Amino acid sequence: MSALLKPVENCEAQREFVTFSVMDQLFGIPVLQVREVLHAPSIAPIPLAPPEIAGSINLRGRIVTAVDVRRRLNLPPAKDAGMSIVVDHHGELYSLIIDRAGDVISLKAEDCEDNPATLDPQWQEVASGIYSLENTLLVVLDTSRLLRLARPTEIN
Amino acid sequence: MDDLLNDFVSETVESLTQIDAELVRLEQTPNDPELLGSIFRLVHTIKGTCGFIGLQRLERVAHAGENILGKFRDGILPVTPEAVTLILKSIDTIQFLVGELRANGAEPDGEDGELIALLNAFADRDPGAAVVAEVKPTIVEVKEAVAAAPVVVPDEHGFVPVPAEAAEAPQLPKPPADRPKPVAAEGEAANAGATVRVGIEALEHLMTMVSELVLTRNQLLQILRSQMDGPFSAPLHRLNQVTSELQEGVMKTRMQPICNAWSKLPRIVRDLAVETGKKIELQMNGGDTELDRQVLELIKDPLTHMVRNSGDHGIETPAERRAAGKSEVSTITLNAYHEGGHIIIEIADDGRGLAIDKIKAKALQNGLATAEELQGMSDQQIMQFIFKAGFSTAATVSAISGRGVGMDVVRTNIEKIGGTIDMQSVQGKGTKFQIKIPLTLAIISALIVECMSERFAIPQTGVVELVHASANSEHRIELINDTPVLRLRKRLLPLISLRETLGLGEANIKPDDHAFIIVAQVGNSNFGLIVDRVHDTEEIVVKPVSSLLRSIGVFSGNTILGDGQVIMILDMNGIVAEVGGIANETASAVTEDAAARHKAESHAFLLFQAQDGIAKAVPLSLVARLEEIDRARIEYAGGTAMMQYRGGLMPLIPMDGEEMPGREGKQKILVFSDRGRHMGLMVEQIVDIVEERLQIDLSSKRPGYLGTSVIDEHATDIIDADYYLRKACDDWFNVATDGAFGDKNVRRVLMVDDSRFFLNLMKPVLTIAGYDVTAVENPLDALKLQDAGEDYDVIVSDIEMPGMNGFEFVTALRSKGRWSGLPIVAMSSHATSRDFDRGRQAGFTSYIAKHNREGLLNFLASNFNDLSSEAMEVRA
Repeated sequence: MSALLKPVENCEAQREFVTFSVMDQLFGIPVLQVREVLHAPSIAPIPLAPPEIAGSINLRGRIVTAVDVRRRLNLPPAKDAGMSIVVDHHGELYSLIIDRAGDVISLKAEDCEDNPATLDPQWQEVASGIYSLENTLLVVLDTSRLLRLARPTEIN
Repeated sequence: MDDLLNDFVSETVESLTQIDAELVRLEQTPNDPELLGSIFRLVHTIKGTCGFIGLQRLERVAHAGENILGKFRDGILPVTPEAVTLILKSIDTIQFLVGELRANGAEPDGEDGELIALLNAFADRDPGAAVVAEVKPTIVEVKEAVAAAPVVVPDEHGFVPVPAEAAEAPQLPKPPADRPKPVAAEGEAANAGATVRVGIEALEHLMTMVSELVLTRNQLLQILRSQMDGPFSAPLHRLNQVTSELQEGVMKTRMQPICNAWSKLPRIVRDLAVETGKKIELQMNGGDTELDRQVLELIKDPLTHMVRNSGDHGIETPAERRAAGKSEVSTITLNAYHEGGHIIIEIADDGRGLAIDKIKAKALQNGLATAEELQGMSDQQIMQFIFKAGFSTAATVSAISGRGVGMDVVRTNIEKIGGTIDMQSVQGKGTKFQIKIPLTLAIISALIVECMSERFAIPQTGVVELVHASANSEHRIELINDTPVLRLRKRLLPLISLRETLGLGEANIKPDDHAFIIVAQVGNSNFGLIVDRVHDTEEIVVKPVSSLLRSIGVFSGNTILGDGQVIMILDMNGIVAEVGGIANETASAVTEDAAARHKAESHAFLLFQAQDGIAKAVPLSLVARLEEIDRARIEYAGGTAMMQYRGGLMPLIPMDGEEMPGREGKQKILVFSDRGRHMGLMVEQIVDIVEERLQIDLSSKRPGYLGTSVIDEHATDIIDADYYLRKACDDWFNVATDGAFGDKNVRRVLMVDDSRFFLNLMKPVLTIAGYDVTAVENPLDALKLQDAGEDYDVIVSDIEMPGMNGFEFVTALRSKGRWSGLPIVAMSSHATSRDFDRGRQAGFTSYIAKHNREGLLNFLASNFNDLSSEAMEVRA
């Protein structure tokens, strides 16, 4: 293994992730942060919002802000309506618009590796580590960082 | 803290508030036995309960207070202000102790020996002895002791009494809280069964749930609207009804009489009166008007602040009031009442009113406006400065109102809850604030509008009216330099395109477009918001926007409509801020002023059209002739168009931004002439001559234009003739004057008038007549010119001017200085013979009515002829 990929020391023992894919890339979010998964919710656009914000969703009477993960990761927009993973962030609900939700998988913390230093800076910022699975790589997303850039005031 | 203690605390807090208010009234009506009895019983109850649950420190203080009250009741001691002050201090101490008790569950360590000794000494005093000298210093000590204690606000969170009868028969009028309630033992027993105490959290939760229920109900109704005859119809109808009733019922439990927010005011006013030596009476009407407790909490502090302000700044000292011919006792009046889904609260005082001059000076000092801007503002506009951040008119920051909180905070707080604040003030008569707030915050009525297929909600509070504009309707959109405006009842309303503001598309407004316009009020100005469609109004539940979206100022929240769609709620203040404020705010101030000043004056305007087809006007007095010529006669030399005219060459110029016409056909020309020199302004068409009052609705920054006005019911640009004259030939005025007097000695005229419009109008008139005109907008600037060593041959001054009026100005000039011997002419719209006399007495050489332009020219001509002939005589 190259020197660029070295194991992360502070991972915990066993972690469960909800997996999803965007542009054929597999991602994972810690299962405890995920509230539910929606299929093609109807999204109401919000004028003047940052481009990463897809709009708002009516989740059984709660208004949830939807973040377009493709836009957030500098990827081209999707052709079809995607699925949505609703995450809880400091008591507020956010919906992450992704291509397809996958299984819940359990992974060993010690297998988590650091981001390769050559990763796109925008990905670098939101990825908190990489798992090498059998056929593919899984990028662990840090939701609080994912939701941060969308707030224009916090860009320094 | 156990339940017993808990109950004691909330009960005592209520009693203390009541005692506070009643003591203040007792001071005014010392011989009211019923009042005394009520206070005595309340203090007695507190003392008794303290003893029962073993709160010794509290008991001792209450006992000492009760002692004096007992002697009042038995007529042994007279009710004097000193005595009341002392008792109030003991109440303060009890309040502090109760606050500590609630925070820590136990009485704080310490002793109140000093206060108790004072109270006891007072109780034992021989009523005949002189008490004042002895009591004064000790009061101060006690006050300091209390002030040093941490401030504890005892009744902020905790419990809210729910009067059972309110739910059953809400229309029953309740006794106003400032009337002493019968607190006899049997009364208490009866009340105990009729009310329950419910934690506020429980009520809040109930309210949230009901809000959700309302939403769900709306959704159901929407879904089933198409199939009303189905099996769901009847139960749904019932559900609808029950939900509405439930909503109303739950809202009612949150309702509290506004006197809960007022309860502390009598005491505050009393202390204020004692501190400042003023005599203030506080009148409170409509204390039983109920409003949502959330709203109540939010307006409590602003109200207190405003009453303090009235007492501190608004009310004069008794001596000042005597001097002004008012009664020594001043009144602060609080009024509350319902009006169309809103609560109106008025705070009025009969004090000195807002001092416009002081506000101006302060605004200047704080850099809120420049002297020039202030000149153009109406009094009403200037008063608005008190709502700006960091503004306080008290010369010295007093302990009472100078707490760093200004009216700006008050306004912000009120606007935060969807309310508005208005103010009227008459110098010497008083000031009145009017606050309009919604009954509740959770559910609001909103107008649903559509823009580029997106729907938005606009809270009804800010909406003044809806206007449908189209080419053939009474209202149509007009453009001024691509800025859309709407003529609404003879006023120009600036328009904002929602589409453009929200970045949904190009505004692309054309005159005569079909459009729906929401006329909204923000602060004191109105504006129109252009939307694509207007749906109906809906009751919506306001939900805060996600923290990711807080930075977008144009939304105040979001909501879910009956069909399940999430829509954004527009914040009208935010929209105005987004487009950079309403451009005509100061312009309309100019208008108001100009309108007020020129009420009686109307001027003849020549209406014409340029190539752009937009109506334009020029004061007729400036136009010498109208000509129509063959375009073939136009000649070009040195890049300038000109024609032979009356034996000379006349330069011809087009309106700014317009091309020279071709060589075919006829050309219409406005001729400006003076002593053999002519200038021609090429126009497309001459429309009419109308007599109109001067009223510039939108002042212009474009060169060549004075502004825009409604003339003959059309938005019309008024052109600046001076600008075109100078453009035609730079030396126009010099040559003209040379010819006029035959010497190099151009007569210099200084014009002083606070109306920039009048100056702009008169300057070309005088310049054409051959004078070198300097115009300033106020006498102080004129005096500066004198100091700077400038010399003039004559001064023409207005009378009504802010800061220094014409009479003061002429007196100042005549008293000393180089200009003391100059001819000074008054020009004023006040032109009665009395005004003439007064003007002459003040030192004016002549007094000319403002509309009498000829009079001024004649005066100047004869005056200078005299001067010239004198000069010649001397020379001869």
